[in-house]
Amino acid sequence: MYRENHRGFRFDWITIVLFLLLVGFGWLNILSASHEGEITSYFDMSQLYGKHLVFIGLTFVLIVLILSLEAKFYERFASIIYIAAMLALVGLFIFGKDVNGARSWYGIGSMTIQPSEFAKFATALALAKYMSDLQTNMNSLKDQLRAVAIIMVPAILILLQNDAGSTLVYTSFFFVFYREGLQQVYLIIALSTIVLAVLALKFGLITAAVVSVIVLIIVYFFRRKKRSSLIQSIVLLLVCIAFSAGVKLFYKHVLQPHQQNRISLWLRLEKDPVLLEKMKKEEAYNLIQSEQAISSGGLFGKGFLQGTRTTGKFVPEQETDYIFSTVGEEWGFLGSTLVVILFMALIIRILYLAESQKSQFSRVYGYGVASVFFIHFTINTGMVMGLIPTVGIPLPFFSYGGSGLWGFTILLFIFIKLDSNKINEW
Amino acid sequence: MRKLLLLLTVVTVGLVFIARLFYLQVYNKQAYNLFEDSAIKKVYDYPKRGYVYDRNGKLLVANQPSYDVMVIPREVEPLDTLEFCRLLKISKDDFKKTYNRAKNYSPRLPSVFVPQLSKTDYAVLQEKMRKFKGFYIQKRFLRDYRTSIGANVLGDIGEVNQRIIERQPYYKMGDLIGKQGVELSYENILRGVKGIKFIQKDRFNKNIGPYKEGRYDTLPQPGKDIKITIDSDLQQYGELLMTNKRGGIVAIDPSNGEILALVSAPSYNPNILVGRGRSKNFTQLFRDSIAKPLFDRGLQAQYPPGSPFKVINALIGLQEGVINTGDKVTCRMGYYYGSRKLTGCHHHKSPVDMNNGIAQSCNAYFVNAYRKIVDKYDDAGNAMNTWAKHAKSFGLGNYLGYDLPVGQKGRIPDGDYYDRAYGDNRWGSTYIVSNAIGQGEVEATPIQLANMAAAIGNRGYYYTPHIIKDIEGETIDTKYTTPKYTTIDKRHFEPVIQGMFDVYNKGTAATLRIPGIDICGKTGTAENFIKIDSVKTQLTDHSIFVAFAPKDNPKIAIAVFVENGYWGSRFAGRMASLMIEKYIKGEITRTDMEHWILTHSLENEYAKPYSGEPFKINGETTLQVVDKVVADKVEKLENDDLSNSIRINANQPNQK
Repeated sequence: MYRENHRGFRFDWITIVLFLLLVGFGWLNILSASHEGEITSYFDMSQLYGKHLVFIGLTFVLIVLILSLEAKFYERFASIIYIAAMLALVGLFIFGKDVNGARSWYGIGSMTIQPSEFAKFATALALAKYMSDLQTNMNSLKDQLRAVAIIMVPAILILLQNDAGSTLVYTSFFFVFYREGLQQVYLIIALSTIVLAVLALKFGLITAAVVSVIVLIIVYFFRRKKRSSLIQSIVLLLVCIAFSAGVKLFYKHVLQPHQQNRISLWLRLEKDPVLLEKMKKEEAYNLIQSEQAISSGGLFGKGFLQGTRTTGKFVPEQETDYIFSTVGEEWGFLGSTLVVILFMALIIRILYLAESQKSQFSRVYGYGVASVFFIHFTINTGMVMGLIPTVGIPLPFFSYGGSGLWGFTILLFIFIKLDSNKINEW
Repeated sequence: MRKLLLLLTVVTVGLVFIARLFYLQVYNKQAYNLFEDSAIKKVYDYPKRGYVYDRNGKLLVANQPSYDVMVIPREVEPLDTLEFCRLLKISKDDFKKTYNRAKNYSPRLPSVFVPQLSKTDYAVLQEKMRKFKGFYIQKRFLRDYRTSIGANVLGDIGEVNQRIIERQPYYKMGDLIGKQGVELSYENILRGVKGIKFIQKDRFNKNIGPYKEGRYDTLPQPGKDIKITIDSDLQQYGELLMTNKRGGIVAIDPSNGEILALVSAPSYNPNILVGRGRSKNFTQLFRDSIAKPLFDRGLQAQYPPGSPFKVINALIGLQEGVINTGDKVTCRMGYYYGSRKLTGCHHHKSPVDMNNGIAQSCNAYFVNAYRKIVDKYDDAGNAMNTWAKHAKSFGLGNYLGYDLPVGQKGRIPDGDYYDRAYGDNRWGSTYIVSNAIGQGEVEATPIQLANMAAAIGNRGYYYTPHIIKDIEGETIDTKYTTPKYTTIDKRHFEPVIQGMFDVYNKGTAATLRIPGIDICGKTGTAENFIKIDSVKTQLTDHSIFVAFAPKDNPKIAIAVFVENGYWGSRFAGRMASLMIEKYIKGEITRTDMEHWILTHSLENEYAKPYSGEPFKINGETTLQVVDKVVADKVEKLENDDLSNSIRINANQPNQK
């Protein structure tokens, strides 16, 4: 009786409150960004905010459903859920619908559903299941490759549907691998590739090579205990140079023109003032409008529904990927900092809970959830305020859209369910 | 460590984002300004510009509507250019050229496409305008001058330039502002305050309703009408008299400092600076470096005042107690210092006392008086400072403080001036005797001379000359209603005024008497030089006349200045007398004098320095006689034949 009475209170209410705050505040901003003319009713289904309110309502049905299932269900059915999600992704090639050049939606009547949003929690579940298997050893290359394969299947399928942004989300599982015992050297490789790529693009091949030489010399002389051989170091250097050259070739010949432009804008590679001016009008238009909207908000913002650039719809896609610029304009520095802090709090709370899990399955899954939220938040917000090249992925719980909202809700609440069950997992 | 990686990354990213937000929203941000928000369209409602009336209530300047065709290039949609060009009466090439220019200026902001349509073109175009997306008609108010006179006084309005916009944010691109004359001096009163509407735009530049329900919108406040002190009949008469001459006439009412007439010749019809021709005509006026029609000779021309300045020396001498009215000076056709002749003189009876000294304009008398003033103290510098203080109390040697935008200081040299020129105390009265007769270093503008005459006529005070008489619902500046006193005692004026009166009775202007009016005046003749091919060449003397009338309680004080008119009473004296008669009687009885002025021209004189040939001056010249100028055919630079008029004046063949 005692346990039955307190069953409901075992859910982590802090996470749930954070979730409710984000969804609620997100909806206010969607209202502001999407309303046309007078707001007659909040349930006006011809307007995006009306639709989104319905999505939010349905979210609670989902939540009840998720929480009422047995926690064991998710572990047991992880593989099946994963396979179903992958089939849904494959099915897009046959039944999918093209929107903005990406083939990522199923059309059902007037509704559209984006299966890639649901593939995230499926992948996280599958990964958790695989990695918590007693026979899996994350230090063995074979198992590492299998784990990577679980991630690569949806990532490649989504890339083939021309949705490069969503593919990028799957790199976040690196944090999960690392937590579960991936060797230190991979972290070094990951950081090196990022640094080398930026160096090669921004400052050229020679700079990248010179920096590699210097770093390798330092490493060679200071690692006395486990000094690598000279030949090893030279091979490593050649690999670095080859990689830098590869990055340049990749940038020039593999990336699509709009992707090149985004990176060029981010690293300020274009020096020709005429082309730069043209870029500002075309590629960078969205970015400039978004930065201006945020900047015009000032310390306190212009007030709810009072943003002149939001009302004038100066920022395209403002209710979806660029929703954060509405926060910036109407709620100012205080409001947008609050949002940043809410997201940090949510992610840190999930991390904290994940670390306190007794089952490895729950912990891995929790880490996956935190990683996915983290990468979405970082890429989306960073892009809107001009710190990261333009990548079209939504801001969890804020951006307009049913698939996204439901995908993130399922992702989060499965973890809340797992967490509530930890007392039983001795 | 493994547990911490993601946690630390999250915290780092969060802090970086907050820092970035701080940079964007707090550090890098100027205070939010509604006017600079490109999401808010500002629509201005221009008020009516105030009217200008003359002192008798005659309307001089009103408004007329004008219609500009404007274009916003990025809103333009494909159109029937052929029809559009036909309606606007422009060629297809013009269309392309203007369109590209507008696009280069800004695809987003409105540019003037065709300025100032005629009313009929506007009527036809207006009905079809909706077919041409991106084009619209902007109504503005231009000035409508109901007169052809007083261009230098009335001034004009024109579009603001970038510098004005930067200094005075009230003005926006395309706004009109006073450029010269009272339009400039009283800009803030005449223009009113424009109203403004803030309209929320979307990114397609479409209006989506008033910003915050029009909370910040304002209504226009109409400009106020003003009444100026000019008597338009007198002004018109002055401009008529000045036809074919160059120079200035300034008439002031001594009892209150109101400027009755301010003539500058040559002038132009103010209407040529309105409408489509403005820029072309203005350039032509501006570039005319010979006749200088934009140069207000009444206010800006600085000349040696010549003999009228002698009366100032007489007053200073009396005030300083160095001369008496009865003292007589012998004139031997000049003033001799030892055996050296310092200055010449013309033929008159000798010896002279002060009365005759003024009446006959005897140089020797005034050099004598002036030397006594300068030699009163052991230190000439000290004495000159005292002298300069007296002279400056008549409004000479500095800006008068009138309410027109242009002017010159003139020059009254003092002791320091000569200390700088010659070295400390290395000069004496004999060095600077030219000042005694208004030559030398002394310089004055016609309005300063008129004001000086007013101060003498008032026996020792003057009101700052001004052009404003009345402002609708406001009072004029008190500085125009407070008298300024000279440093000369009232009792010293009577003998000097008597001398000026005798200029008309028995002196240099005896032939210019007007029956029934007691005029006090003083003739002046000033030598002048120009450089021709870097050779200093003397030209015919300037003709100067200063007067006030009647002798007691004067109603008008006047200074007339005619370039190269030879001696004082020849042109300037006649004109001054006629102006006085016109103002006091309202009609002309000395028609002989009027006829002489209207039939004589100085254009041949002005053409000489540019002829490239050697020429004669002063007594050796013959005067050019022309057909009598008729009042309603006053030669003005009219809109259509501007290109001809000044040139014709300058190049008319010499006639006898």
